[in-house]
Amino acid sequence: MLFQDIVFWLLSVMAVGGALGVVMVPDLFRAALLLIVVFIAVAGFFILLSAEFLAVVQVLIYVGAIAILIIFAVMLTRDVQRGNLPNRLQIPAAVFAALLFSALVAVASDTQWKFLPDIERDKVDLVQTHSVTTLTGDVLTGEGITGAEDQAEVQEAALADLLISDFVLPFEAVSVLLLAALIGALVLVRPDPRRGRG
Amino acid sequence: MSFEAFLIVAAILFCIGLYGSLARRNVLAVLMSIELMFNAVNVTLVAMAKYLAPAALQHDISTVLTGQVFAIFIITVAAAEIALGLGIVFAMYRTNESVDLSDATSMQH
Repeated sequence: MLFQDIVFWLLSVMAVGGALGVVMVPDLFRAALLLIVVFIAVAGFFILLSAEFLAVVQVLIYVGAIAILIIFAVMLTRDVQRGNLPNRLQIPAAVFAALLFSALVAVASDTQWKFLPDIERDKVDLVQTHSVTTLTGDVLTGEGITGAEDQAEVQEAALADLLISDFVLPFEAVSVLLLAALIGALVLVRPDPRRGRG
Repeated sequence: MSFEAFLIVAAILFCIGLYGSLARRNVLAVLMSIELMFNAVNVTLVAMAKYLAPAALQHDISTVLTGQVFAIFIITVAAAEIALGLGIVFAMYRTNESVDLSDATSMQH
């Protein structure tokens, strides 16, 4: 547990420091690189929270695709003279963010959270860590889950099953959304045929 | 490494992202700040999935994966958002020769 605490605090410093860098550093290219630091720290959080599949997805999509796209955009549209300047709203925005933060902290500490009972903890951790793999009976017995019903329960819980059973409607909706967004992006960047070239 | 610690770190990330998206003049900096906010929300969802007990836990243990499913949807929406957002940035750069938000005044009346 101590090791996990140390990793958690290291990742927190990485994430918060990187995020502060993203909004403070005047050079946009460096800000984009610091954004990658934040993404990797968040992937580390996901591993600490036993969401390993999400950690891999985070690295693939955020670091591999989104951050690279942003860096491309920074290099293609670079405003060298001006960089990453604040606007007139700097002080109101800081006040608003600080107010929201204190409200969020108050909610997080005052709410009576309904925590998971400790007897379920091991089983839930197994389900979450192995959300995309099927566990064999031997592994489950080794982890202390021996009853046939318990084993079947853990083996049947999987992200893919949830996505095509309980969440099939949002799944289809989000796939249509992604398709529409990509076609929209293509239409936006297409050269204007009336002007000859873009 | 308590549940509240995760919530507070996520809240810090979200508020930094909020500040950045309101107080920056460059469109790309605003987009990066929005990505920070998406990530903060994802951390919150996954932390809740790990630490909190869903009401239907007794009937169906796969409900403990709900937070992860939500995070997957948010990541997909973030990918769609960044594709469209960068499309708009390039269109704006073509018409304004600038990615500064204070130059984007052509829709004001």
